[in-house]
Amino acid sequence: MSVLINKDTKVLCQGITGGQGTFHTEQAIAYGTKMVGGVTPGKGGQEHLGIPVFNTMRDAVAETGADASVIYVPAAFCKDSIIEAAESGVNLIVCITEGIPVMDMLEAKMIVDSLGVRLIGPNCPGVITPGECKIGIMPGHIHKPGKIGIVSRSGTLTYEAVKQTNEWGQSTCIGIGGDPIPGTSFIDALQMFQDDPQTEAILMCGEIGGTAEEEAAAFIKDNVTKPVAAYIAGVTAPKGKRMGHAGAIIAGGKGTAQEKFTALEAAGVVTIKSPAEMGQGVAAAIAARS
Amino acid sequence: MNLHEYQAKAVFSQYGLPVPVSKVATSAAEAEAAAESLSTDKVVVKAQVHAGGRGKAGGVKLFDSAKEAGEFAGSLLGTNLVTFQTDEKGQPINTVLVEETCNIDRELYLGAVVDRATQRITIMASTEGGMEIEKVAEETPEKILKTQINPICGVMPYQARELAFGLGLEGNQIKQFTKLLMGFGKMFVEKDLALVEVNPLVVTKEGDLLCLDGKVNVDGSAIYRQPALLEMRDESQEDARENEAAEWELNYVALDGNIGCMVNGAGLAMATMDIIKLSGGEPANFLDVGGGATAERVTAAFKIILSDENVKGVLVNIFGGIVRCDLIANGIMQAVKEVGVTVPVVVRLEGNNAEKGISILNESDLDVIAANDLGDAAKKIVEAVGGAA
Repeated sequence: MSVLINKDTKVLCQGITGGQGTFHTEQAIAYGTKMVGGVTPGKGGQEHLGIPVFNTMRDAVAETGADASVIYVPAAFCKDSIIEAAESGVNLIVCITEGIPVMDMLEAKMIVDSLGVRLIGPNCPGVITPGECKIGIMPGHIHKPGKIGIVSRSGTLTYEAVKQTNEWGQSTCIGIGGDPIPGTSFIDALQMFQDDPQTEAILMCGEIGGTAEEEAAAFIKDNVTKPVAAYIAGVTAPKGKRMGHAGAIIAGGKGTAQEKFTALEAAGVVTIKSPAEMGQGVAAAIAARS
Repeated sequence: MNLHEYQAKAVFSQYGLPVPVSKVATSAAEAEAAAESLSTDKVVVKAQVHAGGRGKAGGVKLFDSAKEAGEFAGSLLGTNLVTFQTDEKGQPINTVLVEETCNIDRELYLGAVVDRATQRITIMASTEGGMEIEKVAEETPEKILKTQINPICGVMPYQARELAFGLGLEGNQIKQFTKLLMGFGKMFVEKDLALVEVNPLVVTKEGDLLCLDGKVNVDGSAIYRQPALLEMRDESQEDARENEAAEWELNYVALDGNIGCMVNGAGLAMATMDIIKLSGGEPANFLDVGGGATAERVTAAFKIILSDENVKGVLVNIFGGIVRCDLIANGIMQAVKEVGVTVPVVVRLEGNNAEKGISILNESDLDVIAANDLGDAAKKIVEAVGGAA
């Protein structure tokens, strides 16, 4: 078992003939992901990287029976692509694109939720179940199948977390992304890992901005029995400045790393202060619960 | 992206929000002429800068005479205004707003933000206008009324009525407020705003509503489809180095320390700053070179980092992922040579072909120190700059 995706997940790529879509579809196929097709309007009927291209998501899902879609289209068109995917019948959408207008995401998220479709991202590295299925831009080779569930707001910081947890390997790594309106929250990911028999411990990588970590802390207290360790990036970040990610900003004095650490500690989570000690943090969380 | 007050009020007007009659001036003579042309006995002159706290900092004053208003404007223009929200240099005053005054009965607050927790637009209203809303939220949260707006259907009249009654408005003011709030909500969605504040929203002695101040922040990701707002951008109010970085698609934020950082990925970039601090050093900046750490962008990043004269060493932390580390190592070497970097550089490379990349760095005759992991890298750069800042 794993969460969200496994070796049987059939994946479509929206924007498959573009530069990013082509490069990462090749990488996904090489990793063993069941890429069953792609969508580029106007290029339907062609073949690209050995898989069929369709004009619409509806056609692509009808022909391939795909379960999931990954989006590499430019930010200005992502609202359209997300809603098209949600209406097409796939149950998982992974949107990698950065820089989508917030208003577009507010609307897209409402529609995705109303249809009961799971959206991961945007502005995220994607999801990987090591050894089975990779949907996104993360380097597959650094991961190992195993028992740690990782959920993170950042890309390369997740890779760092992966590297430091290779002693145990990972069940699934979920990059929920650095935007203010993410499709999937920490709470959603925590619930999935709690319910997944393969996952034995959870590592959360949060960062400054918003209150998602505080909400996760409250959820963990009441609902998560597995060991949880958490790192929060941005202790040294100044107030009122956006730190790369659209969502990483301390606004009105709220959203500091310290507030998040405090909330997580109150919920019994092992907090990690140094990004070089994420592995030790997970070990401590496991030891505390066994 | 932030707007000036006068720009915010121009946008308010487009959506039917009532604002005082005013004129913009960029010289003492213009300001005097503007004051002369206004119809109220008193006029107010307001410095236009991207910062709050202008009144307390001496950037806002009332005048009976147009001549004095002009003189005051002349004394402001060309100087910098330092408020509690700016740094010690302050923000340059290139424009003043000369505005009609009104008879204030009550000062209310009206604001809207994209609420991350509820994933809706939240409108906030309060009877405690003219104060800092963060302070009200902390001390008397019950005095802030809130309503959530669904972006698809916008503000509903009942939501406006709920707030209006809650604010103690009566009679014709309920209608005025409903019209105002419908326009306010429409503006927020159509103009892709991230934050709006009308503080204060006043009730005049004549019983009318008037937006006396305006603060607007536009969603930077949506600015491409808001050409009219993009034209309002005032680069004089922004950080020059941050803007230069943005031209190279680099995210840069200046800090006070002496260790420059160059990292791929925003989360890892923050983590790198944090570990420098934990190791006893002080980061000089946040810098995310993004996914494609090419030689050109690494070169641009070095130039920006080194333009800060406090920088005594640079830590490069790249988790290569799919990008090959030997290519990145070559890019770093090229950049170090081209820019003529004279401070120590510690490089940590991880990912594809990392070993090859590290040997390229080690074999070079440049002052580049390779590090094994994040902890090692932080330790080495702190040592290289001679300990804590």
